[in-house]
Amino acid sequence: MIRLVEGGFELTAFCAGRTESGAVASFVGIARGERGAATALELEAYPGFTEVEIGRMVEAATARFSLHDALVIHRHGAIAPGEPIVMVATASAHRREAFEACDYLMDYLKSRAPFWKKEHGPAGARWVEPTERDLDDLARWE
Amino acid sequence: MRVLLFGRLGDVAGWRERGFDPPPASLSALKALIAAEDADLGLAIAGPGVRAAVDRVIVRGEAALGPGAEVAFLPPMSGG
Repeated sequence: MIRLVEGGFELTAFCAGRTESGAVASFVGIARGERGAATALELEAYPGFTEVEIGRMVEAATARFSLHDALVIHRHGAIAPGEPIVMVATASAHRREAFEACDYLMDYLKSRAPFWKKEHGPAGARWVEPTERDLDDLARWE
Repeated sequence: MRVLLFGRLGDVAGWRERGFDPPPASLSALKALIAAEDADLGLAIAGPGVRAAVDRVIVRGEAALGPGAEVAFLPPMSGG
């Protein structure tokens, strides 16, 4: 869908006041329904620990990609298919760094962030661990 | 002191947070106490990839525990 808006959008605050950041890249992750196999997600965090670990990822991304700023918003608790789980936004002088840092942060969040994810479905509930694909994605940066 | 269990460990134990009073003197004493009370949980905590954090810092090996300590057992993370 393409929307033309005259007013603000969710990144307005993050973009505001940047006179030297030429680029803001953002990503929103959404809970997949897996064609009915996943009816709900339960995401458990360890408040006070999870944020610190994510903060380390943001620090590493900031240094590696010369970011001016980064924003990570991650939900925990019960999440229904179609609902957003995570948003990452990165700001840098030029677009390449912002794009790459956003990609990098998402790969780290998907495989290394301290969350425990339980997927509920018609077949019951199961604890999810990072997939081969998540680990392959992460290996691109190491 | 408080013990927190995350992910499947909480399902195995049937609790996710519990106080231990008086506190065991060390992390290994706490693990032994848990294993003596609940063999399944003891095995789960000793399982592959399970890490312990004391006061929100990952501990490898032994740690002393005081009355105000918070110990968390963290199974392999799912990621976000």
